[in-house]
Amino acid sequence: MRKVLLATSLGALSVFAAGSAAANDELIRMSQNPNEWVMPTGDYANTRYSKLKQINSSNVGKLQAAWTFSTGVLRGHEGGPLILGNVMYVHTPFPNKVYALDLSNENKIIWTYEPKQDPNVIPVMCCDTVNRGLAYGDGKIFLHQADDKLVALNAKNGNVEWTAVNGDPSKGQTGTSAPMVVKDKVLVGTSGGEFGVQCSMTAYNMKDGKQAWKAYSEGPDDQIMVDPEKTTALGKPIGKDSSLKTWEGDQWKIGGGCTWGWIAYDPSLNLVYYGSGNPSTWNPKQRPGDNKWSMTIFARNPDNGMAKWVYQMTPHDEWDYDGVNEMILTDQSIDGKPRKLLTHFDRNGLGYTLDRTDGELLVAQKYDPKVNWTTGVDMNKSSPTFGRPKVVAEYSTDQNGEDHNNKGICPAALGSKDEQPAAYSPETQLFYVPTNHVCMDYEPFKVSYTAGQPYVGATLSMYPPPGETNMGNFIAWDGKTGKIVWSNKEQFSVWSGALATAGNVVFYGTLEGYLKAVDAKTGKELYKFKTPSGIIGNVTTYEQNGKQYIAVLSGVGGWAGIGLAAGLTDPTDGLGAVGGYAALSNYTALGGTLTVFALPQQ
Amino acid sequence: MGFAHAPGDVPSIVEDELLRIICLLAAAAILLAAGGNAFADGSGDPTAVKNEDGKYLDKEGSPTYKIQPDGTVDWYTYSGYRRYHSDCHVCHGPDGMGSSYAPALKDSLKTMSYGDFLSTVASGRKNVSTAQDNVMPAFGDNPNVACHMDDIYVYLRARANDAVGRVRPAKHEDKTKVYADAEDSCMGTKH
Repeated sequence: MRKVLLATSLGALSVFAAGSAAANDELIRMSQNPNEWVMPTGDYANTRYSKLKQINSSNVGKLQAAWTFSTGVLRGHEGGPLILGNVMYVHTPFPNKVYALDLSNENKIIWTYEPKQDPNVIPVMCCDTVNRGLAYGDGKIFLHQADDKLVALNAKNGNVEWTAVNGDPSKGQTGTSAPMVVKDKVLVGTSGGEFGVQCSMTAYNMKDGKQAWKAYSEGPDDQIMVDPEKTTALGKPIGKDSSLKTWEGDQWKIGGGCTWGWIAYDPSLNLVYYGSGNPSTWNPKQRPGDNKWSMTIFARNPDNGMAKWVYQMTPHDEWDYDGVNEMILTDQSIDGKPRKLLTHFDRNGLGYTLDRTDGELLVAQKYDPKVNWTTGVDMNKSSPTFGRPKVVAEYSTDQNGEDHNNKGICPAALGSKDEQPAAYSPETQLFYVPTNHVCMDYEPFKVSYTAGQPYVGATLSMYPPPGETNMGNFIAWDGKTGKIVWSNKEQFSVWSGALATAGNVVFYGTLEGYLKAVDAKTGKELYKFKTPSGIIGNVTTYEQNGKQYIAVLSGVGGWAGIGLAAGLTDPTDGLGAVGGYAALSNYTALGGTLTVFALPQQ
Repeated sequence: MGFAHAPGDVPSIVEDELLRIICLLAAAAILLAAGGNAFADGSGDPTAVKNEDGKYLDKEGSPTYKIQPDGTVDWYTYSGYRRYHSDCHVCHGPDGMGSSYAPALKDSLKTMSYGDFLSTVASGRKNVSTAQDNVMPAFGDNPNVACHMDDIYVYLRARANDAVGRVRPAKHEDKTKVYADAEDSCMGTKH
């Protein structure tokens, strides 16, 4: 591979250094080979769709476990492995081990990497010690460690090629997200929204780990990397100090807006897309204003970090509805017109479809009918509140004030969906969405900030929507119209990333530990297998020696493992437990295992 | 608990005496066991014997809960419920019930004393081995926790003794001025 230094001028928008284009081309080419799985999201568009169809809706019922691999780590296993040629790369939660397995030689371990990290990082990870996976580029495997270091490992032997320090865990800043390689850079987000971190998206040069740019979610214009005239929100320039004006004093310095979700990239538009999380604290009274740009979809130029457009979904969050969930890029027609779309299932319970070229808002609809904090988004383009959700006063934890217990808000803080990524099939033109079906009581109260200590400020209790006993649904969604096409009930939240395939089969995992296969058109369950532990990982597929495999990490944990382990709070405690309040601990226990499935030999 | 049998080779007078003592001990143990479910935890008998401006104390002087017959809880139990669900439940699960990796404090408090509770919360705890990676942070310099240690302790003590259920206490005593002043001074004027 040629090594060409990138022009150092940050403002050069149109620079396509030969090195960057080559690296990009290599990855794009690899991601189009369905036999491999070279990015944490499968492809740059985050569709989690595979063209493989050896396993299809007529034979998936015969699926069998082909081989398994224990990670040796107990806590929550999010994400999924990478598959490059004959090698599979498996990651784990803290201590963030990486295994390279030889798929052509009995899945033997080629190398193992285990970083030495200060265990004091463990308690500053808000919701278990999860890690959402690895990225590949230019012969390197990129690992985002719990201590918020980004490490480049030689893909052949696991040797450390460089290490970049992304954040300070002693201030509560940690790493859980998967990096993403875009052109000659590695992009990495950060976690710490419950610790008052001023969060950012950062790009490092893939070659040497040098920081190329760092764009904060809130702060002065130069820190958030916007152009007041050229960066737009809903078609209009955002203007000067767009973020500063929406915070009281210097609260933006501890403002959260963390970036621990998935990253998407459109090579033709040369834009990366990601979302920012909750403003800190969870007590909205303590941070008046819209708190921009927390809860926001960002479209940025990967070369220089500058934002092209932004859209804030939940201004002045009052419920912890982080905006970090994945952006899925599709090309579909709306009203007969082909559009470049971005679809996003937000924690706030709304499924958004935007034009990804300029951030035009096209659709915003509830993808769980129980969502009640809003009556919907103002879609009137001439309205002063265009694009804003209309908040129902009864469920406004800000309007009702501190020390008031707001009851029956749907969804709960974990959202109608959390990080567990949805999938999209271009054949059915449907999105397959793993969802939570949980409501909450929320009482904000005053907290004080101490660096490196939780900065939460609200008391929550969670339970299924009144009258319902299922805590999750797995749904098919039409992003063009914003409608649910079919919906399967699940006893627990579905906290596993979905996989759609050309075989008309959609796969997902459940918190009890089932890997499930359903018909893409109807949702009919075709197969299930109980893996050793609850599944919060994402389903992956690949082909090796002419045989298609389905792989998934099990290992219960994450936020789901905290909230659901003992069962949700039953508001009618003492009247007898019903299914909806069932304890996850009655179904599964800890332990990380990769289970790989295939059809039996003919 | 079954009946104890005296050793067969002991002379009869001694045997009678032993039997008597063993029976007495057994009876006492049964009483203790019966009482243990409702009236003992890691700090002993949680019965409130004293009320200092809304703060209830047991006979050892440790903070404890007080639940009225109509379900009204003392301010500390209520405040502890809120503080627990702000700062502790993110690891220890809702209502002190535990999570996939952190212990259920409603059980821990059955054997943990008030002093041990304070020192663990203030200093943290590390349990890192090849089998597990469990670390509790030190909360000593976090005013949201440190200023409410007694509140959290009283709430969890009530949970450990099944004096309050999993739900938010419906009715509670008012916050006293003494409490409010102490809280303000402890929390400082940062906000």
